[in-house]
Amino acid sequence: MTIPLLPFAASGVLIATGVTLMLERSLVRLLAGVVMLGNGVNLLIVTSSGSPGSPPILGRFPQEGMADPLPQAMVLTAIVITLGVTAFLLAMVHRSWQLTGSDEVQDDTEDRRVRLRARAGELSEAVRRRQEEYRRLLAEERVQRPTEKEARRRLRLRRREALRLMRHAIRQERARQALALDPELEGDD
Amino acid sequence: MESLLILHAAAALCAPWLTRLLGRDAFPLLALAPAAGFCYSLWVLASGVPEVSSSSWAPALGLSLSFRADEPGLLMMALVTGVGLLVMVYSSRYFPAGEAGLARFGGFMLAFAGAMLGLVMADDLFLLYVFWELTTVFSWLLIGYDPESRASRRAAMKALTLTTLGGLAMLAGFVVIGQAAGTYRLSAIVADPPRGGPVAAGLVLVLAGALAKSAIFPFSTWLPAAMAAPTPVSAYLHAAAMVKAGVYLLARLAPAFGDVPVWRAVAVPLGVLTMVLGGWRALRETDLKRLLAYGTVSQLGFLTILFGMGTRDAALAGVAMLLAHALFKAALFLVVGAVDHAAGTRDLNRLSGLWRSAPWLCAAAVLAGASMAGVPPLVGFVAKEAALESLLTWETFDTLALAGVVAGSALTVAYTLRFLWGAFGTKRGLRPSPAHRTPAAMFAPTALLSALGLALAPLAGVYDAAMSGYTGSFRDAGHGTHLALWTGAAVPLLLSLLIFAVGGLLFWARRPVARIGAALQFADSATLFWTVMRRLDLFAIQTTGIVQRGSVPDYLLITLASVAALGLFSFLYVTPPDLDLRIVAWQQPEQPFVVVLMVAAAALALAARAYVLLAVVTGLTGYGTALLFLAHGSPDLALTQFLAETLSLVVFALVLRRLPIEPVQARLRFPFRLAIGLVVGTVTAGAGMLAMEARQAEPVGGLMAGAAERAGAHNIVSALLLDIRAWDTLGESTVLVVLTLGVTSLVFLRRTSYTIERDEGGTARPPGRPHWLSSALPRGERALAFEVAARLTFHTVLVLSVYLLLVGHSLVGGGFAGGIVAGLAITVRYLAGGRYELAAAVPVHAGVLLGAGLTLSTGTALAGLLSSGAALTMLAADVTVPLLGTLHLSTGLLFDLGVYVTVIGMVQDVLRALGAELDRQIEKENAS
Repeated sequence: MTIPLLPFAASGVLIATGVTLMLERSLVRLLAGVVMLGNGVNLLIVTSSGSPGSPPILGRFPQEGMADPLPQAMVLTAIVITLGVTAFLLAMVHRSWQLTGSDEVQDDTEDRRVRLRARAGELSEAVRRRQEEYRRLLAEERVQRPTEKEARRRLRLRRREALRLMRHAIRQERARQALALDPELEGDD
Repeated sequence: MESLLILHAAAALCAPWLTRLLGRDAFPLLALAPAAGFCYSLWVLASGVPEVSSSSWAPALGLSLSFRADEPGLLMMALVTGVGLLVMVYSSRYFPAGEAGLARFGGFMLAFAGAMLGLVMADDLFLLYVFWELTTVFSWLLIGYDPESRASRRAAMKALTLTTLGGLAMLAGFVVIGQAAGTYRLSAIVADPPRGGPVAAGLVLVLAGALAKSAIFPFSTWLPAAMAAPTPVSAYLHAAAMVKAGVYLLARLAPAFGDVPVWRAVAVPLGVLTMVLGGWRALRETDLKRLLAYGTVSQLGFLTILFGMGTRDAALAGVAMLLAHALFKAALFLVVGAVDHAAGTRDLNRLSGLWRSAPWLCAAAVLAGASMAGVPPLVGFVAKEAALESLLTWETFDTLALAGVVAGSALTVAYTLRFLWGAFGTKRGLRPSPAHRTPAAMFAPTALLSALGLALAPLAGVYDAAMSGYTGSFRDAGHGTHLALWTGAAVPLLLSLLIFAVGGLLFWARRPVARIGAALQFADSATLFWTVMRRLDLFAIQTTGIVQRGSVPDYLLITLASVAALGLFSFLYVTPPDLDLRIVAWQQPEQPFVVVLMVAAAALALAARAYVLLAVVTGLTGYGTALLFLAHGSPDLALTQFLAETLSLVVFALVLRRLPIEPVQARLRFPFRLAIGLVVGTVTAGAGMLAMEARQAEPVGGLMAGAAERAGAHNIVSALLLDIRAWDTLGESTVLVVLTLGVTSLVFLRRTSYTIERDEGGTARPPGRPHWLSSALPRGERALAFEVAARLTFHTVLVLSVYLLLVGHSLVGGGFAGGIVAGLAITVRYLAGGRYELAAAVPVHAGVLLGAGLTLSTGTALAGLLSSGAALTMLAADVTVPLLGTLHLSTGLLFDLGVYVTVIGMVQDVLRALGAELDRQIEKENAS
């Protein structure tokens, strides 16, 4: 089957634009992206269904040269649904504007909390403090780059000490967790 | 056999009620259920094995409720029911009267007994699995008997986790083996075992399940922890019944798969390791119950060795050991319970001199302990001698296993002595422990089990003969191992003497041994287990943190990137090398112009910051799409797309007047977003091109012409929408109604009833002057030319919309297109004259229109159902009308009218919400 490049290119451009807009945080731009993506996909379905032809109306056009009617019927349904969805999303945009004063897509706070917990690795406050201290020292060393040997040595010693303290805190934390987790180690509750 | 299971289930259900009524005295009554089971197994023994019963369960899936009681099955049935009966009697005095959890305990015990009975009788792999997991669940409930104790909750969780893990592996193994064998009937598989690579893998999976259930290394950690359960539970589940399930499965499968190399290679080394490690660990436990638990782990390792060898002789020793172990281990657990009951502790460092104050209990314990250590003339001795003899083949593998068994048995002797000494011996520096009298209901079951160990020993030959049906099913003939009190074989006897000597030595040096054991311990299995679980939790939360980000752009990014990756992957790896795409630039002359326009509009959409501009260029791409549809030969699509795009542009404008002009900055950088977009666009369009090229079959669309003719339509697309795929269209109208309801509820929020707003007395109308519209906007917002146009075109456009509706069957048009055209006419009236004009243009409530439209469509569907038996069958008739000629009338037109009215209702409702209501809100804000 002969493949017409330009209609495919048009649908590819529409989809690319739609995706680019959808990845933004503004609901209106997201909605515009959805509409464009929908148009692109509709075009893709119709184009890849076969060669162009005459309209599928019996009695007016010869039956051999007709375009395939089945994808047309499906896409027609999709167009009307897109219209309804656009109206609904616009109502949502309006509501979001009423509530927050902007049309920004908000993050889910519960999920963000899970993310923070995951990043912390469920370690205690003490361990996190040590970790931060160590990281700060590392950054300091990178920024200062002292020239004298003595200062370099001092900084290195401080960093090693911080590392040792952090590891110790982590070990202690793990031991504490193991103890809290296993009743067999501390007798029958 | 099913009736036995039903009896147990009924008893379990009655147990809470009975226990509330009678207290702990209900237990002997409840013991009638296992008693019936025991009598039944005796009857089967007398009437001859095997007893088979089968009824169909889900024949289409090849599942059946098939049960079978052959020799090992019958042995297990007798053990499960017999020990169950005794333990229930024992429990009636073990628990203090009026204890809180009694009702729960009774029910769970009986339910467990029933599940265990089903497990040993099941002859279908899936049935076996169901009962297997049921025992796991009930054991979880029984170990967690005291829900307030953290230790018991965690022990229950541990047992559940490990045994279910194994169980799942086992299920997969069952499926592999069943598929290879072509049947899931256990007896059929054993009679004609499958062979091959997958079967070996399946066997390893099944072994994982069996070993996990029987607490074999590396799964052994759950059994000592499970000692948090009440002692009757330990005696029943963790000595006689549940832990034997794994060993029992090995025994059932050994005749079929014993000669598969992987069977021995997995089961025997793990068994040896478990036997030695368990025994070694038991030498330094101070809690009598945990000491016995480690002893049980060790003995289960012994049983695993025997059945894992896969030979006739070892299996014969195995079934003897199975019986002996159930008798002495249950008895010893019951002894521990009695000691705990009598002296108030089971710490062997605090017990002293009980042999004086509880001599009969001591005698029972010594008898059972002697059987465990393998002292003649007890069943334990018979089994151990047979085991030693069966392994004496002088082959390297067997000899290594024999060495393991000898070492493990020596450890068994040592911890048996340590147990007896710890429980009953007099210790220096300790005052004799005070002891209450042991109630008869607690002593009798203990003594009976111990005595059976002595009484059954002379019947070893009879037992051997009774098991011949099972041992005969092995492929090898064996070298003549027999069960007997006195075999006369010299080497096993010498080995026994060696075992006793080493065991005695280990007991004598118990303090240094315990110290060495503690020093050598490098990993605690419990810590290891909980560390693994903890890491698993951490991994889970981190995965959740990565995947569930709670941010819509992130989710979209993940989804779209997966789409792109999938497309690229399949393009690179699956594309045939001889791909030959016949590409032309375009097929219709108008295509290049339209495409250039669309690309420009799309680029503008990316660059535009102002929302209004964005809406306009989005609309432009929509119009471009419509033109391409037209070029492709689909005027219906083009018309609908034009109309829909126009309407959505209006709705956009209505909402955008309330919003800030420019958006917030996106967090993802533009080049990155554009790159993702380009990749997705390329992949999708490329997939479409490949799909077009790959097309081989004749498109089904070509057949639709005939169908459309039968439906009496000329426009095939319209026939598809109204007749062939009418369900789709009905669903679509419903979706439109739902979306419209969503719009209104998001805008009107809390108002439940509202009327159409009408002009209440000439707001903007100066008296005495004629007007184009019935109401008008305030002076500054009026546009006279627009008002004139709205007035002049309104009715013409409405007529046009009705025309489109009517010609839909034969020409371009239809309910959707007509509805949107009418909607646009209304929109123009609203835009020109404001919200009162909207009420004047459509004096009907939007809800009425939506409801009427849906009712019409659905009514047509129902009419078809009533008249011809299928929903949405369109009725048609040709009517000759004077002047007009023959008209083809069809209920399809009514259906389309329903769609038309629904679309008008939707447009009106959206205008009312996003137009009129927003107007009102703006006016209110301006006024205040």
